Amino acid sequence: MQNLALGGLLLAAAVVPLVSDGYWLSIATTAMMYIALSTSWALFSGPTHLIALSTGAFFGIGGYMVGTGMSDYEQSFWTMALIAPLVATALALLVGLATLRLSGVYFVIFTLGLAEMVRNLVSWVQNNFLGSRGLYVLTDFTEAHIYWMLLAVAAVVFLAGSWLNRSRLGFALRIIGNDEEVARHVGINTAWSKVILFMTTGFFAALVGAIVAPRYSYIEPNVVFSPELSFMVVIMALLGGVHRLWGPLVGVIPFTLAWEAITVSFPNSTTLFLGLSFLLIVYLIPHGFTGLFETMLGRMRK
Amino acid sequence: MDILLSGLLLGGTYALMAMGLNLQYGVARIMNLANGEMLVLGGLAAFWLFSAAAISPLLTNVIVAPLAFVGNWLVYRFLLLPLVRRAKTQGQLEVDSILATFGMSFVLVGVMVSIHGEYFTYSFLADPFTLLGKTVALNRLVAFVGACAIGGALYYWLNRTYSGTAVRAVSVSTEAAGLVGINVDRVSALAFAIGGAVTAVGGSLISTFITLDASIGVIFTMKALIILIMGGVGDIRGAIIAALILGLVETAVATVIDPGLTLVAAYAIFLCVLLFRPQGLFGRKTT
Amino acid sequence: MTYTLKRRAMVFGAGAALGISTLMASTALAAEPIKFGVVAHLTGPLAGGEAVTHTPNIEFWANQVNARGGLKVDGEMRPVEIITYDDKTNPAEHIKAVQRLATQDEVDFMLSPYGTGFNIAAAPIYAKYNYPLVAVSAITDQIPTLTKRFPNMFFTLGTTSGFVEGVRDTLVTMRDAGTIGNRVAMVNVADAFGIELADKARPMLAEAGFEIVYDKSYPLGTPDLSPVIKGAKNAEPDTFVAWSYPPDTFGLTEQAIIEDLNVKVFYTAVATAFPAYAGKFGSKIEGNIGAGGVNPDTPIMQEYRTNHKAVTGKEADYWASATYYSSLQVLEQAIEGVGTIDRAATVEFIKTNSFDTVIGTISFNENNNSERYWSVGQWRDGVFRAVADTGMGDSVSAVAKDGWN
Repeated sequence: MQNLALGGLLLAAAVVPLVSDGYWLSIATTAMMYIALSTSWALFSGPTHLIALSTGAFFGIGGYMVGTGMSDYEQSFWTMALIAPLVATALALLVGLATLRLSGVYFVIFTLGLAEMVRNLVSWVQNNFLGSRGLYVLTDFTEAHIYWMLLAVAAVVFLAGSWLNRSRLGFALRIIGNDEEVARHVGINTAWSKVILFMTTGFFAALVGAIVAPRYSYIEPNVVFSPELSFMVVIMALLGGVHRLWGPLVGVIPFTLAWEAITVSFPNSTTLFLGLSFLLIVYLIPHGFTGLFETMLGRMRK
Repeated sequence: MDILLSGLLLGGTYALMAMGLNLQYGVARIMNLANGEMLVLGGLAAFWLFSAAAISPLLTNVIVAPLAFVGNWLVYRFLLLPLVRRAKTQGQLEVDSILATFGMSFVLVGVMVSIHGEYFTYSFLADPFTLLGKTVALNRLVAFVGACAIGGALYYWLNRTYSGTAVRAVSVSTEAAGLVGINVDRVSALAFAIGGAVTAVGGSLISTFITLDASIGVIFTMKALIILIMGGVGDIRGAIIAALILGLVETAVATVIDPGLTLVAAYAIFLCVLLFRPQGLFGRKTT
Repeated sequence: MTYTLKRRAMVFGAGAALGISTLMASTALAAEPIKFGVVAHLTGPLAGGEAVTHTPNIEFWANQVNARGGLKVDGEMRPVEIITYDDKTNPAEHIKAVQRLATQDEVDFMLSPYGTGFNIAAAPIYAKYNYPLVAVSAITDQIPTLTKRFPNMFFTLGTTSGFVEGVRDTLVTMRDAGTIGNRVAMVNVADAFGIELADKARPMLAEAGFEIVYDKSYPLGTPDLSPVIKGAKNAEPDTFVAWSYPPDTFGLTEQAIIEDLNVKVFYTAVATAFPAYAGKFGSKIEGNIGAGGVNPDTPIMQEYRTNHKAVTGKEADYWASATYYSSLQVLEQAIEGVGTIDRAATVEFIKTNSFDTVIGTISFNENNNSERYWSVGQWRDGVFRAVADTGMGDSVSAVAKDGWN
């Protein structure tokens, strides 16, 4: 029954490009990008309670590799979209191993520094050894194609998430998040559980970055390695709530719509009003949208 | 020698960026993502008064510091304290303060854009100054002196005065401080307000030699966070030492190896410090 | 009112033009405005450049057109209305906002965005809805590829190669005149455009017989550029070339003044043409060379600069400002030339006609590229004059820089 409902939802999402005009499709594409990113982010950060600000680093690797591969090495989009996530996964492995001892805010800022470091490093390498004729990503993909690819990624993330929730690994992670000592005592290999999950988020973020690259058409390192993207992904996931797999989803959708409404209503001071809306959200919806829904459901049942 | 001198001056700049955040996060426990915007706001004030009325940025600080103090106190008291009270755990507070201060940073960017959307460029003390036989920029030297003065004053205040001791007590443990009769809320508000004032003054000094614009704050926030974490949370010495290390390393790499690798080297040092001392240089072991 | 003040539409110059528009209210009341959409970077990394080069020109242009009573379309005079959105310098937001302009606001035309990446990212949507895209702040060597893909896209500010060639030609001329020697120190910002320019310049300068004695990049957002200037100074160059972005253009110049970098040619790229550059450094930058430049002596350019200042309160920059205004003039003349708001016909009109603008006559070649642009300018007595160009033919010759006074 539940599977049927989910299948229906997926189907509904898949027909969006067929029934909507370009405007709603572009909103849906942006939302789908954030759904894939936030949900895969929450796979790691939800159970471990470690806020990772590395999305921008992995996303950037995806976009950058597609850009440089296609415009400087005449590779196909598909080759690069395959290689980029693997490179990001390898990087995530290194970072994951390096950060095992870090906790709380130290981990947060370590991952924040990572995106900047990777951006500087690739720019330097490109500048000194590879050269560049500009990172053009010109393909025949339309917005609908990109949307469908993102939808497929998001669906895979959900499948992975629901498998994880039921698996031993997910169980292990939840225990780690609650008390790492206990986890170790009951014989869970906390280190590998964390690293594997971190690699998963790295993989998906780079894949999304690679898929979005044709949408941007021209890749600038400081745009794809954006610290703001890292923050936005975290904020949308937190807004939704990270304790349910569908939490980020219910964060992203209202957030995207609210963002759109603000942009349309206050074109002259969009940023100002976005900021105010963040503040309102924090004060009025303290436990995120999942918290809100669960409270509402609870009331209805009473 | 050149490296040492330029490196120290750059370190002073970094200290200006990070000392305020150190107080705000170390004591008031607010991970303030609007820190960079507060810095740029100080820079905007300096730029604006200098272009409109030819008022020296040094003089501007006399106005900027109290205004920033009051502004940050109000922000803490009315916007952040409710979050502190509401949060059951430090993790919850971190999440809430990330969301809230990220919102504030947007609000500040929006306000600043409406005041001046272009680059804040002006020339103040952009003259060569000979120090120990080497040429340095006078405005950078002034900022360094400012950083030393602020750092020294904060260190004295925290370690030699009663109210400073109370602040340190809160930074160690809010619960224990509350038990010995310290008004934790008031001390936190004070620390947050002073932190904001320090950042804004730093911004007005920095604006004399770095070209700012309304949207550039996030870059300073990131740098400040990195210095804060590298130095260790809750110890002002940590922030200053980390700032100096970064300044020296960046200048050395830029001079000896390649300017293109400065930021890479800075982050590499930061990552190394955390690998060997996960709590930062001066941080306390977390339990 | 000439302007339709909509709650969700930002109308440029409403305050400044209120006096004029109230006077004309009786005549213009009947005609519905022609809607022009623009997606601007009001905040974010490119906001500073946009605020100098694009925003005031849009305000100025709307003011000028409406002061004349509007554009003549279908036999009546219709005022122009500008609808602006902020994309926060974010490509995803930009694409969304362009879609919104096309399908929700149903604007009649769109004005080109700031930045190469944004022009290219938005081009597919312009193409889909047949909007002419007269790009200005987009400098690329891929013009033929891009215009083949997007036949409604036009380029006006030149190519990457054209820019580097301008610098090379300036240096060669000065060397042949005995003003400078062969030693060039070259630095660049390690970001898209900076890397691309440096990559072009390296072989081009070597081929012209120059010796690159210092060749380093620095990261975007470097807080202290003094090691870069010191390194360059130690290499004892005759010429200093920096492929730089706005904040570092200011930073490098300030450090060069402090270090007294004694070169005959000091070149910085983007933002050298900004009035704020001269405002910050005053007479010290006399003789500095940079990207852009204009011919400030033509009556039409002088008139443009005076009126731009009078209407917007801001001085036009000495590079893309005038070209951006010209791109609006191209659009304006094409619309009136067609006589309807038929976009496909407007695109065709732009391809096949030439236009009188503040930078002279603009026409487009088979690749939709206008091959008339200034590429290198020099500060001379407080004015940034073109010293190299493609197809303009009115550049003056560059002189050696004589110290930082």
